[in-house]
Amino acid sequence: MKILVPTKRVVDTDQKIRVSEDGSRLEIDSLPFVINPFDAIALEEAIRIREQSSTEVEVVAVGIGCSEYEEQLRSAIALGADRAVKIACEETLDPWNVSVVLKAYVEQEQPDIVLMGKQAVDDDSNQAGQFLAAQLGWPQATFASQIEILDQSLRVHREADAGIEVVSVAMPAVITTDLRLNEPRYASLPSIMRARKKQIDEVELDTLGVTIEPRIRTLKVRTEQSTRTCNRVDNVGQLLERLRSEAKVL
Amino acid sequence: MQILVVAEHDGAVLRQATLSALSFAQSVAQSTEGTVHLLVLGHQLASVVAEAQKFAPVLAADSPELKSPLADRYAHVIARVVNERNFGLLVAASTSQAKDIIGRTGGLLGGVMASDVIAHSIEGSELLLDRPIHAGAAVATVSLVGSPKVVTIRTSSYPPVEPLDASCNADNLPIDSSSLPQMITLESVESKASTRPDVTEARVVVSGGRALKNSDDYERIVGGLADALHGATGSSRALVDSGITPNELQVGQTGKIVAPELYIALGISGAVQHLAGMKNSQTIVAINNDLDAPIFEVADYGLVADIYEAVPELITKLRESQAN
Repeated sequence: MKILVPTKRVVDTDQKIRVSEDGSRLEIDSLPFVINPFDAIALEEAIRIREQSSTEVEVVAVGIGCSEYEEQLRSAIALGADRAVKIACEETLDPWNVSVVLKAYVEQEQPDIVLMGKQAVDDDSNQAGQFLAAQLGWPQATFASQIEILDQSLRVHREADAGIEVVSVAMPAVITTDLRLNEPRYASLPSIMRARKKQIDEVELDTLGVTIEPRIRTLKVRTEQSTRTCNRVDNVGQLLERLRSEAKVL
Repeated sequence: MQILVVAEHDGAVLRQATLSALSFAQSVAQSTEGTVHLLVLGHQLASVVAEAQKFAPVLAADSPELKSPLADRYAHVIARVVNERNFGLLVAASTSQAKDIIGRTGGLLGGVMASDVIAHSIEGSELLLDRPIHAGAAVATVSLVGSPKVVTIRTSSYPPVEPLDASCNADNLPIDSSSLPQMITLESVESKASTRPDVTEARVVVSGGRALKNSDDYERIVGGLADALHGATGSSRALVDSGITPNELQVGQTGKIVAPELYIALGISGAVQHLAGMKNSQTIVAINNDLDAPIFEVADYGLVADIYEAVPELITKLRESQAN
């Protein structure tokens, strides 16, 4: 069985986000980058599936980006991916174009499962996985909190608006991961050292025969700062008094 | 612009989230001299359609295969309706269900999609959309290139609309069951019944965080205060991760986004990812025994105290004044 794990390189979520003077873009170039946390969860799950399987499972991590991406792809190998592939692309792609590129790559690689994060924590769109499943005509199971590999199908617990939904889908399928699917491991120092010597496969975008057509035009960006001043109260009585007379919410 | 809003319902009535989606749609329709239609999918839809007709002309897709909102068949039907009837804009509220279904629909329609829109404007003939990025630390103003456009909106930013003065008409769409994809099978749904309001709809939300040690404490302290205020309960990620609260109560970047009149954060430190889900609440109260907790930076009122002592006192005082 082959599991493809698409990953995105994102700014570490706890970093302070700044906007350029003219409001045209975010100033993130000098900030630390990581594998999107939800994609790290996907990679961890794929590796666990391989560890628990009695048959052969290959885990392939793929990323779309430029040369800086190799660091994150090497981390994927250090964590246990059998192979890592970089699809060379200079520009940042919107979810549609990510799915267009991935669809072409899936058709080449022919995985049984595409296992990816439900959203990237920089863009927060939560679209690429669903777009990919639609274009491939594959079933999807989004926001997975548990995945069971059955004989010819997958049983997936999904985090839904009112609780947990349990669905089953035949393979091939696209699964997107939610927070509670697993807690990713840390790479050991020996694995990190070994990963340094491993080859990252590189795929040129034009060999995939796709056309990049941006669907989203960003006109400007701004930061949102809190404008509230916190009124400190000393006790419950004071709090109630102010909520009643001042805030008038009680 | 001819606009189609996809309705969410519980089999009997429309969800409030749909009334927020209508708010966005009606505003865009007004500015572009367009129309708004409501698409209702499901089975045995008579009462839902009757209610929906009070808000907009309705297209009803009623079929046994559509009884449960499964992405493969719902996206197929919605995309077909958009294409066959030439809708230029597809709108839905950004719930988990919509992310699953409308996301796939967007993929069938060419990916001209923006999700979690919090504000919009029309400039010339261009629809400009504001959406949060980086867990809400920044907001991007974007424009969609191509057609049809697909937009999901944050209910916390669009108040629900009122019904119209007169009912509109309803059309039943013929559904050929054999043409529907059946790639996803629903095995079961585990959902806790609650008498409390929905966390995304309530006027008051009381949320608990790491300071709570177990489910009993959560019920007593967070639940107790919510009940005294006739509100909903919410949770930080930490409590869901440790199994103390169910996932559907999680407020945050990757959970529910809420903006109630009153949000009370109990024993929640205020990580960026949690703030993303509640920082636009009208009045925010934080009770935490850590003086430096980041939650105080977004709160209107802050009390440094142990929630195990302060909240029972708060509940008692509230109950006393309610009795008088």
